[in-house]
Amino acid sequence: MATLRRARIGRTPVAAAALLAVAGLTLAGCAPGGTTGPADGVEVSTELTTEDVVLTIADETGFPVTDALAEEFTKQHPNVTFEVTRDTFQNLTANAPRLLASDNPPDLIRLPTIGDTVKDGLLANLDPYYDAYGWDAWPASQLAPLRMSEDGVRGSGSLYQLGLGYSVTGIYMNLAHAEELGIEAPPESIAELEEQMQLAKDAGITPIMAGDSDGVVNFVVQAAMNQYADKDEFLSWMFNEPGASYNTPGNVEGAELIKKWADAGYFPSDINAIDYFTFVTRFSEGDGLFTFNGNWAAQGYQDALGDDVTFFLAPPAEKGGDHVAMGAANSFSVAAGSDNLNEVVYFLNWIHTDPKARQIIVDVTGASPGGDPSLPLPEVEPGSLIERAIAMSAQIGAENGQVDFMANTTAGIYAGSIIPESQLLVTGQITGKEFVERVQAFYEQEIGG
Amino acid sequence: MSARNRGVAGSTPTPGGVTGGSPVTSAVAPRRVARKATRRGPLAGWLMLAPAVAAYGFFVIYPFALGAQYSFYDWNGVGASTWVGFQNYLRVFTDAEMLGSIRNAFVLIIFFTVIPVSVGLVLATLIRNIRAGVFSTVSQTILFLPQIIPLAAAGIAWSWMYAQTGTVNQILSAIGLGDFTRPWLAEYGFALPAVGLIGSWVLTGLCTVLLLTGIGKIDPSLYEAIRLDGAGWFREFVTITIPGLRQQIAILVTLTVIAALSSFDIIYTSTRGGPGRETLVPGLSIFRIGFTQSDVGLASAFGIVLMVLVLLVVVPLQRLSRESK
Repeated sequence: MATLRRARIGRTPVAAAALLAVAGLTLAGCAPGGTTGPADGVEVSTELTTEDVVLTIADETGFPVTDALAEEFTKQHPNVTFEVTRDTFQNLTANAPRLLASDNPPDLIRLPTIGDTVKDGLLANLDPYYDAYGWDAWPASQLAPLRMSEDGVRGSGSLYQLGLGYSVTGIYMNLAHAEELGIEAPPESIAELEEQMQLAKDAGITPIMAGDSDGVVNFVVQAAMNQYADKDEFLSWMFNEPGASYNTPGNVEGAELIKKWADAGYFPSDINAIDYFTFVTRFSEGDGLFTFNGNWAAQGYQDALGDDVTFFLAPPAEKGGDHVAMGAANSFSVAAGSDNLNEVVYFLNWIHTDPKARQIIVDVTGASPGGDPSLPLPEVEPGSLIERAIAMSAQIGAENGQVDFMANTTAGIYAGSIIPESQLLVTGQITGKEFVERVQAFYEQEIGG
Repeated sequence: MSARNRGVAGSTPTPGGVTGGSPVTSAVAPRRVARKATRRGPLAGWLMLAPAVAAYGFFVIYPFALGAQYSFYDWNGVGASTWVGFQNYLRVFTDAEMLGSIRNAFVLIIFFTVIPVSVGLVLATLIRNIRAGVFSTVSQTILFLPQIIPLAAAGIAWSWMYAQTGTVNQILSAIGLGDFTRPWLAEYGFALPAVGLIGSWVLTGLCTVLLLTGIGKIDPSLYEAIRLDGAGWFREFVTITIPGLRQQIAILVTLTVIAALSSFDIIYTSTRGGPGRETLVPGLSIFRIGFTQSDVGLASAFGIVLMVLVLLVVVPLQRLSRESK
């Protein structure tokens, strides 16, 4: 009796659940999702409205530049006010497609990788404004990564993003340690860099302060690859051109160099436990001869180390060669569903052209403000790291040596492959060749899948 | 005390056979209620069930059905989708990374289930032997405290303690084991056990407290009897305590196995799956595939596979606990 009753009870919920599941499936209809079309029909205007407008911005935490810009813009145009919402970089990038697809999307959103958003019609095409505002005077190489073709290839096609500042990366050197080691000038070739690192190692100073619990060691990995890879080939991979590959002799050579440095003990022994903030703090406290980072860290290092620090572009493989460095726009996109398309683009154009806005970009981020190169550059303190960063930006522009960050190649490649594989690479667990092959395998799966 | 315990236990005829409550009264009462219910008609019953069924259907069955549906599509969560049949499932079972994360989840069962339940059993037995008083209350409270800390917070706090300069290494250095210090969460071979021990720390309290209440329900005369027969501590533990706690152990094993297989928060806040993919678990993998890579179909398929795995482990456990000797 008891067994019988149990058996019956045991089966009913399963049957009921199955029934409900079937019902649910039927209710859900056929295929999930659908195609959302861009909200067309806005007449392009370069005149700012006189009506009261509230612009919404979704930005990441820890980057206050949007607040400062919004404040200045409202001061100049009191009828336009802003609502800035913030979330961590990880959460924001994960939620961006859904935020953009919602009924009430933010007008402007921080979007590091365009990904599928263009294909799904979520981003406003800025081409009409490009013509209307005359952005053709801006450096084309700076805007190229912000474009996407109809086939989903970045680098060409329509413009979907603009930058609130354009970054450049390089190497910071602790000059107090350099003096102690008898190093007189920054390295001018990879071989010189290696010599100086060995000097530091022998003296018990960490040669490269880096961390990889969150993947930031890839500033070093890519800086090494940049010097050996064919730049255009590397870029075509980052832009997802069909048939492009990460597995190139240059990339392998760069990755093998990292393995060599790992085996030589040039990285901190607990590198996989160190995150971005930890390695920045450690370098600021004087630990490490070199650190690979971007212009955004310049002000912080200057405050911490005073005159004992310099900033320079990663050296080319051979002395006298051209420099190649990662740099990218602090990229923002306008939602296709924005009700204030004209106003938000006016704001973006203002950021690139208004002297006060350009000054804010430099003061708050240390990044180049971009825009028309004939415009006067904002004032910076002479001899400061920020001045060096702006000069480096100009140099890399002149040498046409800017490449995107490989982390921006696809939406999932950084967390899904580059971080875990680089953790293995910088601790000498895999070879450079294996690193490159594994990342390429993941890439093919993500692009194809 | 014991009378009350027996009364409570008697009203639910447990197949364990320890309680010996009267089946006659317990069988009659529901029948009377049932007759009344029939008179009001089945509608009243369904009406009373309706709110719960609606909530369950809307928040559990419907999302589950959607997830099952998504798992057959290639879909980025926003745009158009394509039917791919079982291709997503095929990938779950052939992708080394995903299979590795499943393996890690099973290793975590040692730390989430085996350790907390065993330690809980020992601690509960020890506390039972302490006279009820301030000491036993305080020790119970202290043991239970980790349970009220969110797992995410525990993960963050422990990642500080495990750091190169953290508490764990400080203690090791202080007692002369400085050679053993290491960045625990960044070291291959140590990261997964280190993360697992965070789970052990959190779950031991729950196990101890639940097992203690279970021990309280065991008839003290059984302990008296076995003592008179000259049994020692171990014999008493194996013959009386363990069988008496069969139900509690089954519940705990079920809960903790689910916690191990579906773990996410501790890993997310401490190692994010690193170093390499050393601590990658299905929960984190699904999150990444679904939200970072925007491959909702594959993430759903992996989610369904994870659910089936959990059921495969948990359902036999349930059967085991119900069977009488």
